[in-house]
Amino acid sequence: MTLVNEPLHSQNKKNVRKYCRFRKYGIKYVDYKDPDFLLKFVNEQGKILPRRITGNSLKFQKKVATAIKRARHLGLLPFETDGLK
Amino acid sequence: MNVTRHYEVVFIMTPVLSDSQIKETIEKFKDVLVKNGAEVYHEEHWGLKKFATPIKGKSSGYYHLFEYKANPKTVLTFDVELRRDERIIRYLNVTLDKYGVKFNEDRRNGKFVKKEKVEKPIIEIDKDE
Repeated sequence: MTLVNEPLHSQNKKNVRKYCRFRKYGIKYVDYKDPDFLLKFVNEQGKILPRRITGNSLKFQKKVATAIKRARHLGLLPFETDGLK
Repeated sequence: MNVTRHYEVVFIMTPVLSDSQIKETIEKFKDVLVKNGAEVYHEEHWGLKKFATPIKGKSSGYYHLFEYKANPKTVLTFDVELRRDERIIRYLNVTLDKYGVKFNEDRRNGKFVKKEKVEKPIIEIDKDE
């Protein structure tokens, strides 16, 4: 099994479809009081990740964004930091 | 036409207060709500927590949460009351839609408690010589 015909980075990375986890698992409400869940949608600097990366649908990306901003207001999430995760 | 809606408020008290003062402020705000015809059906005290970013020069505070049903006028008076009291350094009043109310009920019934992964017991195979 030589690596000659094996592509360098595997092809199946491309056809892994992103899905909106809220629609798939039927979550209807994004809680702003639970920072651990919101950390999934924030990068190391504490900034909100764009939809193309999180794969959320527009409706739930907005809900996540408001929830993160509320959590920041209450001091549960930092506005900007480094090495958050 | 009184419309009663579900609301949720989280407010933060300065860490300087003693326990009795904290209880007193919580009681005070609960009375403000109940006197104006609101019904506080759930209450949570998160205690002293560190802030991610300093608020008003402080780096930690006592968090408290009320979940109540009220008509918007009482929320207005409650809001003014919260703003006037200097022991509260920050608060957030949120209306809950039907999904929010359902979510909070599930949260209370412990639906979201992550079950600790039970490690599989290591079975020692006693090798009989």
